[in-house]
Amino acid sequence: MKLMTAALLICLLGFAAGLYLPWWSISFVAALVALVLSLKPGHAFLAGLIGAFLLWGGMAFVRSQANDDILAHRMSQFILKRDSPGLLILATAIIGALTGAMGALTGGLLKKMRGSRS
Amino acid sequence: MRILSFLIALILNIGLVYVLDTKKVLPAPLGRLLSPQEGIWQNAESLNEDFNADIKFDGLKGKTEVFLDERLVPHVFAEVEQDAYFAQGYIHARFRLWQMEFQTHAAAGRISEIIGPRAVSYDRNQRRMGMVFGAENALRAMEKDPEIKAACDAYTAGVNAYIKSLDASSLPLEYKLLGYQPELWNNLKTALFIKAMTNDLAGYDRDFEFTELLKVMGEEKFRMLFPEYPDSLSPIIPKGTVFSNNGMPVSQPANADSIYYHREDSAWVQPGFKPDPANGSNNWALSGNRTKSGKPILCNDPHLSLSLPAIWFEMQMTTPAYNAYGTSFPGIPGIVIGFNDSIAFGFTNSGRDVRDYYEITFQDETRSAYRFNGSWKPTALKVESIVVKDSATVLDTVAYTLHGPVIYDHGTDRGLQDGKAYALRWVAHDESNVLRMWWLLNRGRNYADYLDAIRHFNVPGQNMLFASKSGDIALWQQADFPLRWKDQGLFVMPGDDSAYLWQGFIPQADNPHVLNPVEGYIGSANQRPTDSTYPYFIPGSYEVYRGIILNRRLAAMEQATPEDMMKLQNDNYNVFAEFARPLLMRYIQPEKLDGKQKGYLDMVEKWNLYNNPQEQGATVFVNWWDSLQTVVFQDDLIHGQRSLQKPERFVLLEALLRDSAWPFVDDTRTSEREDLASAVTTALQKASVELNKKEADGKLSWGAFKNTTVYHLLRTSAMPFARAGLNNGGGVNILNATTHNHGPSWRMVVHLDTETEAYAVYPGGQSGNPGSRFYDNFVDTWTRGEYYRIWVMKASEHSDKRVKWKMTFKS
Repeated sequence: MKLMTAALLICLLGFAAGLYLPWWSISFVAALVALVLSLKPGHAFLAGLIGAFLLWGGMAFVRSQANDDILAHRMSQFILKRDSPGLLILATAIIGALTGAMGALTGGLLKKMRGSRS
Repeated sequence: MRILSFLIALILNIGLVYVLDTKKVLPAPLGRLLSPQEGIWQNAESLNEDFNADIKFDGLKGKTEVFLDERLVPHVFAEVEQDAYFAQGYIHARFRLWQMEFQTHAAAGRISEIIGPRAVSYDRNQRRMGMVFGAENALRAMEKDPEIKAACDAYTAGVNAYIKSLDASSLPLEYKLLGYQPELWNNLKTALFIKAMTNDLAGYDRDFEFTELLKVMGEEKFRMLFPEYPDSLSPIIPKGTVFSNNGMPVSQPANADSIYYHREDSAWVQPGFKPDPANGSNNWALSGNRTKSGKPILCNDPHLSLSLPAIWFEMQMTTPAYNAYGTSFPGIPGIVIGFNDSIAFGFTNSGRDVRDYYEITFQDETRSAYRFNGSWKPTALKVESIVVKDSATVLDTVAYTLHGPVIYDHGTDRGLQDGKAYALRWVAHDESNVLRMWWLLNRGRNYADYLDAIRHFNVPGQNMLFASKSGDIALWQQADFPLRWKDQGLFVMPGDDSAYLWQGFIPQADNPHVLNPVEGYIGSANQRPTDSTYPYFIPGSYEVYRGIILNRRLAAMEQATPEDMMKLQNDNYNVFAEFARPLLMRYIQPEKLDGKQKGYLDMVEKWNLYNNPQEQGATVFVNWWDSLQTVVFQDDLIHGQRSLQKPERFVLLEALLRDSAWPFVDDTRTSEREDLASAVTTALQKASVELNKKEADGKLSWGAFKNTTVYHLLRTSAMPFARAGLNNGGGVNILNATTHNHGPSWRMVVHLDTETEAYAVYPGGQSGNPGSRFYDNFVDTWTRGEYYRIWVMKASEHSDKRVKWKMTFKS
């Protein structure tokens, strides 16, 4: 399915971009993928949401596991005012997801806008 | 329509990124912080983190190998000594960079840059106190010494090599949370770190408080509250030691009686940020005739605020010149407390006063001249710029006089009236090269080397303990100590009369010292170094009771082993309570107590005098005595709205033991005459308010009440980074000097056997990263009073299973 392919691409390319570029590069990557794959805005939003959720949530989860949640215990108390590594990972995934979704949506709407001109 | 949808989405997109990247809307840049590739998740250090590294740097002269063991203690082997300092700088930065910069920013009065306007008052005080002034003077002396300059240059280069390797994702956590980046290190920062420690140990003073007290109470009462010698003094240098001379001559100014002792006006300044007067330590050495092995044992536990990252960093440094192991300060090169293949060395704070204030009269508001010996002398005016995060830079012009900087005048927010101004004369301002002491100690072989080394150390005054494998034990109380006439420096002095200047320093050879005493032991616990036969006036802030219990225990040591020493460092016996409890029990009026209070009385009576964590009697005693201090002094030590300086703990106890009808006991606010019985009883009744609350919370046992907490350097703003609720014993006046957040920051026992056998522990971890398993992994060991066996690694042992990682440094 095009949507799932897009989501996966956003996840992988987002990771690659993140090796060299700041955190919001996920937004750009999502926009680019939506544009290139000609996603409808609604599908773009979902693809960005899912792709970025997987990337951010997945990476945070893997890193936290390897760390035995030491940092997540401390940082969740800081940011969320409760000791819950899982909640912090979820929050991470959600923030990434929102950023990716908005980026992808923007890309999808750009495509739609340009697509209508031709 | 489609254009509109796109534009709205674009704006929302940009807006979202903005909100998540800055602190303008949300309290934290959550996008940046929670990004798995850029933010905090990058600081979640894997349990199997690989610390191996190959560092190439052009200036290195040879190869250096660093083996990290399973506690992340680095064992440095350098072909060229200078490279060892490079490696040390790199390693200190690798594990503790944020702490190094934060502490030196604090020393330099630059905290406002990081945390904003609420730190301006602190920063201004640091500048005016001459922290940077002193550091610059020290730096000048350090850089005139080619060997020290080379060591510092290499150290700085090492720190910077690490800093330059960082990018946004690899920054230490605190930088990400506070939103700034590290700047490069330099030798001045090393000097600033030294000044920061100097302030912690020699920055506490009471000159203004004493001056006020003298004025309000008069001399007789002042002497009663602040007698020079406690009755029960157990000095460092054995009593009966004969001092070789009558001391250098020193003359009291002719007008002292009127100008100094009986000033007409007040000299009051709202107290600023003072270091903790409890900053102190224990150290002791046993000679071979008191140990089981016949070889000396040296022990040291410095008492500082407990913090994470820890102030100390454990390591070994082997160069062609020496093989040294111990603890180091991230910020300066060398091993600070520790040992090498021949000797061991340790430090306690002397508590001696090296800081005086001089009252200044400016010619006018420009502060460009001040009165001295009848004429107007020009000041040097320096403008300090305090950069403030998210706010305008604050400028402060500081006037410098021959005494030193004018720390308090109308430009400071310290409640000064009548155009008065005060300059600070502090030995820490003088040019000095203290690093040379450690440079020499690290390679020292014997007593002569130690003596040679310590002569370079001018401040803060320290009780420097020494022991050698060849069997010597020694202690010198060392610094440049001002030569004072009796009472000089207790009170604020006139700054316009050269008769009040320091008339020199006490000759180094006259500093209190002892070598191989017949007693077979030497110990120091921040007490007065000598009895009253010492021919100099040496004011200071001294402990009394730890010295008593330490000397008592050492005198009883026979066939001592390192285990005995570790037990002694963790000794919770409360000798103060030994003297004070009989007094309380004699005068308490049980008939005036309610049921709960009678219960508390019972606890104290049955208590075994150990401040062990499970003891409730300890909690009751401590609160009862504190309450008695308040009951006795609260009516006397008040002047209008101001509280006056409270006396040291020994004063009330000894006065009451001598005379239960001590005049201060009476509450002058009432028409009746209160006696000791009523004071003691009232004290317990008042203390029981807090005790009842604690008992209801289940926190009456001493460990729970004390709630020992190792705070992060950002203190209560960073509680998730702290370790709270450590259930251990100890306290004030006790060898295990652990209070709520202060105590033995390093514990070390060194048995100078042919093969050195040493043990150490500190309440922290080698890594300053709160996401690392090495952040606080020593804390529980320390809390339990346990130690790690030190591994003095040999180069040939590089295949030992204790070696986990390796770092190499070469050009």
